[in-house]
Amino acid sequence: MDNAGVQIAFWVLSILTLVAAGGVMVSRNLLHAVLFLIVAFIGVAGFFVLLSAEFIAMAQIVIYVGAIAVLILFAIVLTPQSIRDNSETAMVGPAILLGVALTAVFLFVIHDTTWATDATDPGLSASDLGRALLSTWVLPFEIASVLLTAALVGAIMLVRSETEESEDVPDADA
Amino acid sequence: MPTLVTDHWYDFRDLSNLSRVILEGIDKVAPYELAYIVAPIIGFVAAFVIFVLPSQLFVGVYGERRIIGRMQARKGPNRVGPFGLLQPVADALKLLQKEALTPTAADKTLMWAAPVFFVAPAVLLFAVIPFGPRMVFADVPAGLIFFIAVSGLPVLAAFIAGWSSNNKYSLFGAMRIVAMSISYEVPLVLVLLCVVVFTNTMSLPGIVEFQVDSNLWLIFMQPLAFVVYFIAVSAELNRTPTDIAEAESEIVAGYLTEYSGMKWGLFYGMDIGYALAAAAFASTIFLGGWSMWGLEQWVPPWLLFIAKTHLFYFVFIWTRGTLPRLRIDQLMGFAWKFLLPLAVFNLFLVSLERLWWNESDLGGGIVFIIMAINIPASAIAVYLWARFLGYKPERIPTRPRLVREAGGYVPVEDPAAGGQ
Repeated sequence: MDNAGVQIAFWVLSILTLVAAGGVMVSRNLLHAVLFLIVAFIGVAGFFVLLSAEFIAMAQIVIYVGAIAVLILFAIVLTPQSIRDNSETAMVGPAILLGVALTAVFLFVIHDTTWATDATDPGLSASDLGRALLSTWVLPFEIASVLLTAALVGAIMLVRSETEESEDVPDADA
Repeated sequence: MPTLVTDHWYDFRDLSNLSRVILEGIDKVAPYELAYIVAPIIGFVAAFVIFVLPSQLFVGVYGERRIIGRMQARKGPNRVGPFGLLQPVADALKLLQKEALTPTAADKTLMWAAPVFFVAPAVLLFAVIPFGPRMVFADVPAGLIFFIAVSGLPVLAAFIAGWSSNNKYSLFGAMRIVAMSISYEVPLVLVLLCVVVFTNTMSLPGIVEFQVDSNLWLIFMQPLAFVVYFIAVSAELNRTPTDIAEAESEIVAGYLTEYSGMKWGLFYGMDIGYALAAAAFASTIFLGGWSMWGLEQWVPPWLLFIAKTHLFYFVFIWTRGTLPRLRIDQLMGFAWKFLLPLAVFNLFLVSLERLWWNESDLGGGIVFIIMAINIPASAIAVYLWARFLGYKPERIPTRPRLVREAGGYVPVEDPAAGGQ
């Protein structure tokens, strides 16, 4: 049953992910494209579950579905032009060329990799990941967080208007 | 498992025995692996009978309306059936008959799909909740992350609902719910990180085991985390003190403006479902789950757990019935300026205590010392930070602030004199 169940789940997830990924490319409405993208993300999270990498699956849903997709939706809603002017462009030819080239590279990498896995390997648990991030890789981890903070501050500085009204602070009379 | 060692099917303290016996019986007679198909059906029916039906219909719909009615000095539903107990059934029948309208300019597919996306995660959330020592459907090692991940999905559904309705009030509601969820997710996840750091596990049965072993619930060890969690989750759930996404007095009904009939009913019912899931999660994490200092040997643990969930849900109803709605900028400012620093402070405090615990040789009794430190520390932190931000309690709230600042009654015909 285990094998059959995993097989069925694999094919269902494959079809779901591929159809959703196709929908991202085909749909004219940008918002529909983002929703298809979310379905594709969820499908990929399902693959992680099938590979018994639960933590990465959860992280996939939290980060990609919960945060990134919502931010893309926000960006689309805040730019009304993006939904209307989404017709044919002259960039179709180069885009197809680039896509074919990228697929060729990926196929090459997939062909070259040894996919045999060690069945006794229990995989990466969340606590191993945490220990690695806070001991061996602590410096890149901290640098990444500083970079993100700098990006956040920079974004706020860019959108901040010169004449910022003072906020409604409750005055200290009571 | 130290508790509940019997495996008899009639031991109703642990319903997993019964389901296991049924499944083993089916496995003997049924061909192939039919038991795997029967198992979710049994689980679904059992969960429906012992938890969903009484909670959703009678605590969620009926109880909430009756209790709020009581708090607001009116009667609430009392006509259908004895004490109005059949009111939820009548409501459901009414909603089923009503036409579900779709505006002409709406995005019809997405408007149809939004309630579906809204309902599915609510069911998934209960998969990781431990109802008893062995009564957990999926003992995921990262169950806490699973809960956070899945409870982020309905926001997306609400956004789709608001956007697809093609109505400006719906879109306002959708923007508000997304903005608010993103803001309140930050302190919420930080206080849950405090819990994970302290208990050293991310599995929900593991967190309950930790509380059983230390004979103390996490609400006493981390009161600040509990307070922040409660406020943040009630904002996430869009319940009344913080329901700016569907504020009737501001934006009609928010993202639900164009919904009617059973489509609206799904949103309404699942709002209660999410509140129950959050209450169940909170009672697992902070109120010790199914444990009750040994009482779980005598009373079925799942009953204790459901009682705790309903207690927590009552606090939701209570805040809803007594607190006025906040303005959106106040609400966002509260998340970023008040809850987030407190959550970071709590994380710092709890991490230090955990390090101390790892180093010290005081044994299990150290949790009581930590409790003695954390309760006053939390109270002082809340008080000082509120003073720093200028949130002062109204000591004598006899007159509204506007009247007091205007210095009493201001004549209408002379507006220049207003405000001194």
